[in-house]
Amino acid sequence: MTFGFSLFVVALLIAIPALGAAAGGHAFWGVVIPYAALAIFLAGFTARILGWARVPVPFRIPTAGGQQKSLDWIKSSRLDNPHSAWGTIGRMALEILCFRSLFRNTRVELREGPKLAYGSSKWLWAAALAFHYAFLVVFLRHFKYFVEPTPAWVTAIQGLDGFFQVGLPVLYVTDALLLGAVAFLLGRRLLDARVRYISHAADYFPLLLIAAIAVTGVLMRYFFKVDLLGVKQLAVGLLSLQPVVPEGVGAMFFVHLFLVSSLIVYLPFSKLMHLGGVFLSPTRNLPNDNRMRRHVNPWNYPVKVHTYEEYEEEFHEVMKAAGLPLDKEKSCPKAS
Amino acid sequence: MSQGKLKPEELARINYQPPAKGWMDPDVEFRKGTWCYGAVPDTLKYLDLPLPKKWQPSDADWQLPPNWKQIIFEGMRERLQRFRTFKVFMDICVRCGACADKCHFYIGSGDPKNMPVLRAELLRSVYRREFTKAGKIMGKMVGARDLDEKVLKEWFYYFYQCTECRRCSVYCPYGIDTAEITMMGRELLNLLGLSIEWVNTPLANCFRTGNHLGIQPHGFKDSLDFAADELSDLTGVPIKVPINEKGHEILFVTPSADYFASPHYFTLLGYLALFHEIGLDYTFSSFASEGGNFGLFHSHEMIKRLNAKIYAEARRLGVKWILGGECGHMWRVLHQYMDTMNGPADFLQMPKSPLTGTVFNNAASTKMVHISEFTADLIRHGKLKLDPSRNDHWKATFHDSCNPARCMGLFEEPRYIMRRVMNHYYEMPEDTIREQTFCCGSGSGLGTDENMENRLRGGLPRANAVKHVRDSKGANILICMCAIDKATLPPLLEYWVPGMEVGGVHELVGNALVMKGEKERDTDLRGQPLVKPAKEVQDAA
Repeated sequence: MTFGFSLFVVALLIAIPALGAAAGGHAFWGVVIPYAALAIFLAGFTARILGWARVPVPFRIPTAGGQQKSLDWIKSSRLDNPHSAWGTIGRMALEILCFRSLFRNTRVELREGPKLAYGSSKWLWAAALAFHYAFLVVFLRHFKYFVEPTPAWVTAIQGLDGFFQVGLPVLYVTDALLLGAVAFLLGRRLLDARVRYISHAADYFPLLLIAAIAVTGVLMRYFFKVDLLGVKQLAVGLLSLQPVVPEGVGAMFFVHLFLVSSLIVYLPFSKLMHLGGVFLSPTRNLPNDNRMRRHVNPWNYPVKVHTYEEYEEEFHEVMKAAGLPLDKEKSCPKAS
Repeated sequence: MSQGKLKPEELARINYQPPAKGWMDPDVEFRKGTWCYGAVPDTLKYLDLPLPKKWQPSDADWQLPPNWKQIIFEGMRERLQRFRTFKVFMDICVRCGACADKCHFYIGSGDPKNMPVLRAELLRSVYRREFTKAGKIMGKMVGARDLDEKVLKEWFYYFYQCTECRRCSVYCPYGIDTAEITMMGRELLNLLGLSIEWVNTPLANCFRTGNHLGIQPHGFKDSLDFAADELSDLTGVPIKVPINEKGHEILFVTPSADYFASPHYFTLLGYLALFHEIGLDYTFSSFASEGGNFGLFHSHEMIKRLNAKIYAEARRLGVKWILGGECGHMWRVLHQYMDTMNGPADFLQMPKSPLTGTVFNNAASTKMVHISEFTADLIRHGKLKLDPSRNDHWKATFHDSCNPARCMGLFEEPRYIMRRVMNHYYEMPEDTIREQTFCCGSGSGLGTDENMENRLRGGLPRANAVKHVRDSKGANILICMCAIDKATLPPLLEYWVPGMEVGGVHELVGNALVMKGEKERDTDLRGQPLVKPAKEVQDAA
């Protein structure tokens, strides 16, 4: 049901602009919608990051993923259990750029015996990496629409992306990778009983939305050609805050644009905020230098403790009888 | 095993197929063997904790106050403003499922709500409903649900089926730490007076007497004196144990089980032998006689209330620095919380080994050194005379205890020691050691009797790896550095891997340590006969 619901919402997000743009009002679909979406995205994203950043980190609780720094002759694991700022930056870079922790993934199997067997399981890591990097390259490629003349680095990326020179127009490897990875991630959610069990609509929806964005993009590039000059005019106009609405761009483009707008509106209010949150995770972004440098808790309030004086008071007689040293000698011992 | 009616092969028939029905409608059955008894009202009263009551989790009526939901929401709000971990971990999980089969309770039970992701979702679903726009509007579609008594019971059931071992957090791409979630969940339950007996009774005891068993100072002294006498008998070397004495260089703090429980006791004998042999200028304290901190299983406030004793006692006794014994969650608190909560320890001095001159820069601020760091340094500098053949009756493997492993990264120090005090040492499979180590299944206050089935289930992955080394290498002892391990691994192994013993690193050190003026040693610290060295056997022949 959750999957069906997500599919329905995405279908709606396609139908609305398709029908709407066909009926006209291109200034609305091409200018108002993207501007409004961008505004919501920026405000929402900033609010979320500030919301997290405002909350203090009372304790330094990094997860140790390797040998600690202790004695000089024991080699410490500088990246998996960093004790310095540079090590921590390295750990974060590995985490964000290479998905280090996901790379550790294993799969457990219960065999006769009983015997538990652990195997390396890198598919999720590989698909996640393919998905995110393909998405990044596709995103960067789009700068050709926003900047006139097309910057050299964009042309370079395009060249690399179309390296295999298959098809006409040349097939971008990242288009295929992105669609393939989305299909894998969706398939995994639907077919792996365990992952299906933990999935909400909020897990299917963004995958379907991104799939729809990619599919409309691919359709425009390879099948239903749109007026690229018009698209660029519109994009450059949007970016320079002097929007123009060229004629004849085509409904497919407005669908694509509306879906992208939906994605960025949805992002700050959803799990997609892991994009920002991963930088703020206290088990990863702090060095394991707890005993070397004191960490201060801004709300460290005083608590009720049991003092030695109270303790000696209560156990004075037995301590005295046992010959334990005492801080106070009592003149008249209490009956106990 | 009185509770373990099921045979191992029956218990190991685990169904990993999740039920057809979704998880959002809670339906918790408090089945015998899976849950822990409720806290006794007197212990809550002693600690000034709210809503003490006579109560069991299996009761239909949990005697909740009329405004209980408000109390929970207020508690959540407060914690969301205090802990970035809590807030970020509530928001960023993508439910990728990488954590699912990393939890020992999930592996051992197949219960899908023991997947770390779902354990957190139990709390997240209520968070979304109450604290996010999407959850308020969209409800179940975005995984939001209302808090009700059934949900609360589910929280209790599953937050006391997590040992806060942090294994899942190693694999999470965002470092989401279920221990943190469980700690928050338990803090919220505490607000309604819902805790377990095996957390609250030790807490009250620690607070009053300094140790979790409630042993009074004279009992503490008797115990240490008895150990010293026994060690003297074993070694022929007269040994004295200083207690509560001012003016020594070092305060030694160890979990109280070391002097009251077996096999912990043999590790205590190891410490005493070592300290005597190197002439360490140290003292025990009866007031800070518990390094272990049950507060970690209750609330941040309680961690601080109990932990305060250690620095207070170091100050009162006028020591220069603190040495800590073998313990798991004790070291999580000492390493990650003590200095922040009860520091700065500016009245202490930089820890420095009096024998080797090594300065422990890694403890420059907290001023507390782990005994395995201290001993590894001694051995490295050739300060100990060791006869590894005195451990020849042991073929050992090593269990990395969760907290020293994943909160510190204390891996090589104990291994270095073991390789030098014994001849037969083997590792368990690599997916089950170091940062990937499996919990004993009984940590975080779950090491009691009434939940034995769950302990056996949760301990299956650990025990199974031990079995592998027993079968392939003939290992006969599991060495560990944690008081809870030493207490709970013996029944676990008796069930899954009969014949395995459990011991501590410093028990092995004590066996191998050649002391000045000792008599000829024919037994180990347990009083078991030593294997005669091959040379002597040949000579005899």
